[in-house]
Amino acid sequence: MAKADLVNAELRRGRTDRAVIFRRYGTELTLAAILLCLFIPLSILTPVFLTAENLSNLIKQSAINGIIAIGMTIVIITGGIDLSVGSIVGLSGVVAALLMTSGTTPIIAVLVALAVSFAVGLLNAFMIREGGIAPFIATLGSMTMVRGLVQLLTNARTIAGLPDSFLSFGNADYLFLPSQLWVWAILAVILTIVLTRTRFGRNIYAIGSSNEVARLSGISLRFNLYLAYGLGALMAGIGGIVLTARVRMAAPTAGSGYELYAIAAAVVGGASLSGASGTIMGSVLGALIMTTIASGGNLLGVDAFALQIAIGALIVIAVWIDRVRKGKSTE
Amino acid sequence: MSPLLKVEQLSKSFAAVRALSAVQLEVLPGEVHALVGENGAGKSTLIKILMGVYAKDSGRIFIDGVERDVRSPTKAKELGLAAVYQDVMLARHLSIGENFFMGSLPQRSGLIDWGQVYKKADEFLAGMGISVDSRSLISELTIARQQLIAIAKVVWQGARIIIFDEPTALLTTSETDLLFDIIKRLKTDGKAVIYISHHMEEIFAVCDRVTVLKDGVYIDTLQTRETDKDQLITLMVGRDVGEAFPARQYHSGEAVVEVNNLSTTDRFQGISFTLHRGEILGIYGLVGAGRTELVRALFGADAYDSGEIILAGASVRPHHPMEMIKRGFGLLCEDRKHQSLALPLDVQTNINLVRHHKNTKMGFIRRRAEQDLAETYIHSLNIKPPSPSQKVLNLSGGNQQKVVIGKWLSIKPQILFFDEPTTGVDVGARIDIYHLMQQLVDDGKAMIVISSYLPEVIALSDRIMVMYQGRSMGIVDRKNANEETLLRMASGLEPIADSGLVS
Repeated sequence: MAKADLVNAELRRGRTDRAVIFRRYGTELTLAAILLCLFIPLSILTPVFLTAENLSNLIKQSAINGIIAIGMTIVIITGGIDLSVGSIVGLSGVVAALLMTSGTTPIIAVLVALAVSFAVGLLNAFMIREGGIAPFIATLGSMTMVRGLVQLLTNARTIAGLPDSFLSFGNADYLFLPSQLWVWAILAVILTIVLTRTRFGRNIYAIGSSNEVARLSGISLRFNLYLAYGLGALMAGIGGIVLTARVRMAAPTAGSGYELYAIAAAVVGGASLSGASGTIMGSVLGALIMTTIASGGNLLGVDAFALQIAIGALIVIAVWIDRVRKGKSTE
Repeated sequence: MSPLLKVEQLSKSFAAVRALSAVQLEVLPGEVHALVGENGAGKSTLIKILMGVYAKDSGRIFIDGVERDVRSPTKAKELGLAAVYQDVMLARHLSIGENFFMGSLPQRSGLIDWGQVYKKADEFLAGMGISVDSRSLISELTIARQQLIAIAKVVWQGARIIIFDEPTALLTTSETDLLFDIIKRLKTDGKAVIYISHHMEEIFAVCDRVTVLKDGVYIDTLQTRETDKDQLITLMVGRDVGEAFPARQYHSGEAVVEVNNLSTTDRFQGISFTLHRGEILGIYGLVGAGRTELVRALFGADAYDSGEIILAGASVRPHHPMEMIKRGFGLLCEDRKHQSLALPLDVQTNINLVRHHKNTKMGFIRRRAEQDLAETYIHSLNIKPPSPSQKVLNLSGGNQQKVVIGKWLSIKPQILFFDEPTTGVDVGARIDIYHLMQQLVDDGKAMIVISSYLPEVIALSDRIMVMYQGRSMGIVDRKNANEETLLRMASGLEPIADSGLVS
């Protein structure tokens, strides 16, 4: 009791006790430590790792997955899941590419592609909310439907020959940092503010904790779920645009399997599939860790298949550590 | 007679908090032993150690005179220890028979012998005085029945020391009687029963001895026939609490809600009443009488088919709780953990759950305002521990209920519905809640309080509506209310009571 009083007094004075910081940001601090533990040996063991070029590649790879992962985090916080994000990555790239190759200005093409992505998210929420279909099943359905639509739109052919004004973005650096990083960072900051400082953000944690509690507290499940799935899909759409600009073409298979990567990054970052927990910062770190291991493993000459085993194990271990840590602090 | 269970010098700490310190307990075969204490007294910790959920720090546990180490729940089961909780732990989608035989379904030529399963389960249930077909799925039973089945299951599995943790919280009076019959049967069979309850009447009705814990310390063990309510409460609280129910002041004013002939096809029919400013309207009835369903419909949480709700002269038809919240309504739900609280989130978030649309500035939440609000209610409702960042999951029942109350007070409500507000709430917090209710009606709010606990509903209400099978059996003025009349009405025996101030 005395300890709680102390903490309380600290909070009242507007300062925060170290224990409180650790309790609140424990997951993020642990992940940051893991990332550091990966960086140090990799920098020593491989001369290439700490070069600007390698780091820039690492960032570019992380950014696309990371953008999708932060959208996925929002959906996971509501207690849901979105398996369709990989297909949305493909759809968004293809829609933008088709419009641009038929003469639409890049900015309009991108906006249309993002609107289409958002609409897929609304469709997911429609099936889940109005149809009462489990999120896993509803988005499994839309994942397949959207992928089919992408193949249909492109006749299963890759679309190249995109305008230079669009492609230049994929290689651009702003203030010495790759454009992808800027997109990712800006989105992460915006979504962090949304989750911590807006009604919508707070409501989705309440919804994830219990639909009934939220509803009886006067929170609209409909509005918040539509927005959450819409935002999740929108992030995937942005990921699709960034990917298309980077690889200079829109392939109908682009984004396949990205949903699993996004779920893994969110979960490594502290999100729980039972809802109500997870942060944007955690997912950002989760995506960074996963890409660092993959790229570091490559540089060290680790067998690609062995690396796959290691990444799979990492997902399980990271969640396990987090569970143990949280279990201790609540007891 | 040597004790079946004996606990000596048992201690347990969590980090810096000492939950139990050198506690003792002794239960004889054929004895029903009550364990009482306020929430936080260490009852749950003691039970969890006995059930193998927590490891003890020090102390000794003897079963049948032999020292045992209950290192896991499996070990506890092997030793014949079992607990029956309020939240029933049965596989809901399976039949009663299958739940009984789970893990050891009898086989005949490699296939499950279903005939045998149901025959044996039926026989066993009949032997315990529970009449139900063991082919029924758990999910088809009422909560009360599920609980009786859960008890039957642990006996079936050969438990010798059976712990009941607040078993009557969700039971009606007749079901409670059935439970007591079952407990008496266990007693004659020589089982040892540990009985935890906040209801003093029950302790005096079924228990032989009572052990009192306070703040993790053993206080005393008494013969129930040599003690009384007041002495126990004094021992538990460590101070003289005086009357459990504070004196009420009655001052109802003009009508604020008028309900005319509200009906649904399946849950309740033809309900009419008027609720006045400054009044507490009690709703009494057995579980399943339609009380919760009625207030949920009034709150806009569930739909109704016909009838009318009139607020300030205008007829309204709510479709979502949000509409009623905006009109100043609040609903404290019966099922605190699943309907009122976001358990994994902290106290501050929970208190601001309905309020935070008012704490926003240009669409952004003002953290400072939220924190101030949380601290205001933590302070005024005496929530412990007094920390806004504490997860609600870790609070005791009484403190969780105070968080729910804080959540509704924050919107400055005019009309509050409290559905079983003191379930699983310890004596101290319960008295705080009673005082608070008086204060709310003093301020001119109107309240509907649902309670299955007769002394409570009589002591708190201005008037009491009694429901039976979805219908109102009449509204009784407090002057005419006594336990017998209400019980007879709630059992459908007395159609309309001499209803004094019926409106």
